[in-house]
Amino acid sequence: MANDKRIDEATGVETVGHEWDGIEELNNPLPRWWLWTFYACIAFAIGYCVVYPAIPGLHSATAGTFGWSSRGALASEMKAADDSHAAIRAEIAATPVEQLAGNEKLLRASIEGGRAAFKVNCVQCHGAGAAGAKGYPNLNDDDWLWGGDVATIHQTLLHGVRQPGDDATRMSQMPAFGRDGILTAAQIQDVVSHVRVISGQEKASGSSQRGAAIFAQNCAVCHGANGEGSRAVGAPKLNDAIWLYGGDRATITETVTNARYGVMPAWGSRLDPVTVKMLAAYVHSLGGGEAAPAPAAAAAAAPAATAK
Amino acid sequence: MVSLVTRSAVWLAVLFFAIIAMALAKDTPFAIHMGICGAAALIGLVVSLRQADVDAIVRGVLKMPDQGRYDDDPIRWGVIATVFWGMAGFLAGLYIALELTWPQLNFGLEWINFGRLRPLHTSAVIFAFGGNALIATSYYVVQRTCRARLAFPGLARFVFWGYQLFIVLAATGYLLGVTQGKEYAEPEWYVDLWLTIVWVSYLAVFVGTILKRTEPHIYVANWFYLSFIITVAMLHLVNNAAIPVSFFGSHSVSVFGGVQGALVQWWYGHNAVGFFLTAGFLAMMYYFVPKQAERPIYSYRLSIIHFWALIFLYIWAGPHHLHYTALPDWAQTLGMVFSVMLWMPSWGGMINGLMTLNGAWDKIRTDPIIRMFVMSLAFYGMSTFEGPMMSIKSVNSLSHYTDWTIGHVHSGALGWNGMVTFGCLYYLAPRLWNRERLYSLRLVNWHFWLATLGIVFYAASMWVAGIMQGLMWREYGPDGYLVNSFAETVAAMHPMFIMRAFGGLLYLSGASIMAYNIARTIMGSPLRQEAPMTETPYDASRDVPVTTAAHA
Repeated sequence: MANDKRIDEATGVETVGHEWDGIEELNNPLPRWWLWTFYACIAFAIGYCVVYPAIPGLHSATAGTFGWSSRGALASEMKAADDSHAAIRAEIAATPVEQLAGNEKLLRASIEGGRAAFKVNCVQCHGAGAAGAKGYPNLNDDDWLWGGDVATIHQTLLHGVRQPGDDATRMSQMPAFGRDGILTAAQIQDVVSHVRVISGQEKASGSSQRGAAIFAQNCAVCHGANGEGSRAVGAPKLNDAIWLYGGDRATITETVTNARYGVMPAWGSRLDPVTVKMLAAYVHSLGGGEAAPAPAAAAAAAPAATAK
Repeated sequence: MVSLVTRSAVWLAVLFFAIIAMALAKDTPFAIHMGICGAAALIGLVVSLRQADVDAIVRGVLKMPDQGRYDDDPIRWGVIATVFWGMAGFLAGLYIALELTWPQLNFGLEWINFGRLRPLHTSAVIFAFGGNALIATSYYVVQRTCRARLAFPGLARFVFWGYQLFIVLAATGYLLGVTQGKEYAEPEWYVDLWLTIVWVSYLAVFVGTILKRTEPHIYVANWFYLSFIITVAMLHLVNNAAIPVSFFGSHSVSVFGGVQGALVQWWYGHNAVGFFLTAGFLAMMYYFVPKQAERPIYSYRLSIIHFWALIFLYIWAGPHHLHYTALPDWAQTLGMVFSVMLWMPSWGGMINGLMTLNGAWDKIRTDPIIRMFVMSLAFYGMSTFEGPMMSIKSVNSLSHYTDWTIGHVHSGALGWNGMVTFGCLYYLAPRLWNRERLYSLRLVNWHFWLATLGIVFYAASMWVAGIMQGLMWREYGPDGYLVNSFAETVAAMHPMFIMRAFGGLLYLSGASIMAYNIARTIMGSPLRQEAPMTETPYDASRDVPVTTAAHA
């Protein structure tokens, strides 16, 4: 076989003399550019191994002449980022949250930082645009469960909603009127009719009139005589078109029968104080932020008017 | 007679064991799997007892010609299995692309959600489509280049059927939620054990045939096949080392934990690409490209050097899947530099394949099958450049975890593995069924263009999606804070997801045309009435070759 070398007609190259099922092989040399590129890659690899960590030993590896490590690179990048924010973060840390609005530079930095933190920590429930979802409040509107001035939002963020083990958490619990047998199924339907009447979804009926009486006895203490809600106990406003879980008959029936128990983590124990402040400023800036209440009312009257 | 009794006894024992395991099963999926094994054993038992000649029966059903000089029956089954599993795998791929685009298509059903269909897709295309193609072509190539019939013909048939059982167990397992959570090695311990038996049998058949050869030398394609079979066996055994929670349950715990587990997994995962999808398919290339082009291999020396360089370097490249993780820096460095050094050895195969067309370049114009091979080698070259580039840490910091990786994988899988397999199937079908030629060459051309356009849509949309995703993740605003949330990057990629699914649809359409074309070829339909592929037939005297005189 080895003597079957011949010159291939089409290319003028000699074959190596092997043949398998009609397949022959030409005796072309390695393409030079291929070989030199291969050598260059090997040279690069050797050089890279000299300057970067590469050769493992028993307890550690060679460090490389650049002294680079991935942990070190991360630490220095994080430090550079932290350093670039250090001054403004110190200022924010020293400023009470309700006074951030008085400093244009601090307010802008807080809102930007809050926007970033929101995208990492809050969008999972409240949505990328903070528009909320079933059970998770929309933060863009001016309908607040616990209050919409920046200090109140900050308090809610710090301690969460129904966060176990946090004494200052926002705590409230509506009774499960159906499950606990406080109201019969028929009574619940009546009170649902009433709620749908005051929220402008239904016309008054016999059922809603019976429901009004039940509402006055069982619900008004928290939700107010006209369903205007109460921020003191986080009782939602019922006489508008905004619903946390839904305003249709089936959903309200479910809410009255079994009650709801939505929770939010106490971010004060998860994030640093400056980030929580930034989040408060950001959420306040989304559109529904309210001016600080009574004590500062006189001073804040003018900005409050423009904010609305 | 003794062999009949023995064989029946073995099947009966397997059947009893399967029934006992089914009865004692700790979980439903395990019981279902034992039921499938029992059914397979029952079929084996019936076949043994009736002394049925499976080859003859299948030959009748599949219109296969009688055996000739070589043992080709299992290859014919393999051709059909390759087409079948290819269609299944491409369809699953299209469906999960649509699920990513419109998640409503999950329909809230656990069996068809993305998480379960994704391994079904990857295993169907890699192991079912690619694996059957590799087994069938290796049987074909090793016999012809060794001028010897297959060693252990019974074992060769066992490999085929055993491998199909492995595929069925793996696929049903994914749908039932059985997984050990290792990418491309999802099947659980008992399926792994079964595959080990099948694979060792495969090795025995292949090596046995090489030892039987009547040729003095071993052809380069067989080096590649052998390296593929041996290395896959090693990878499979090490990465799947696990302790079953119960011998009657479908759960196991890997013996590797933490970062060691990750390293072993990606040593396996990358070399599954390296030895299954590269070495194995290069073996196919090394036989079918010169045969179809009717030209000698470009360079014997290049084939030696790039073979040894490839198999030596590939095995170390896995850690580049774990850049910027808990993996120690030194291991990341080595994973990267071995990947960079791998660039030229990978390209050696492309050069040897493409330059084999020296003296027959006009066939790209006249022969749609050659066109397919050339396109596959072009995509092989692109993805084996892209791979080392993406392994460079600074590039990887942008590309890692993005859809760029998905685009990279598919330019290799659809372009290289898919196209070269299609070319081989088109080459094999008329030869294995003694037909004059394929039912239609025009349809091959349609397949070529649909597949090529499909890959362009797929790869381009994933490059755009991946790079955009990577840039959005790392985008900082003027105040030094991240600009985008994760969900916003997903929303931004939606149009690219639609384009990707469209590309998949084109690719699947092309494959459907192939299935039709090959089916008509097998059925022996009269050749399709069509305009000839070209009006410029090959004329050797008009070819202007590169001569040594010109070099000198």
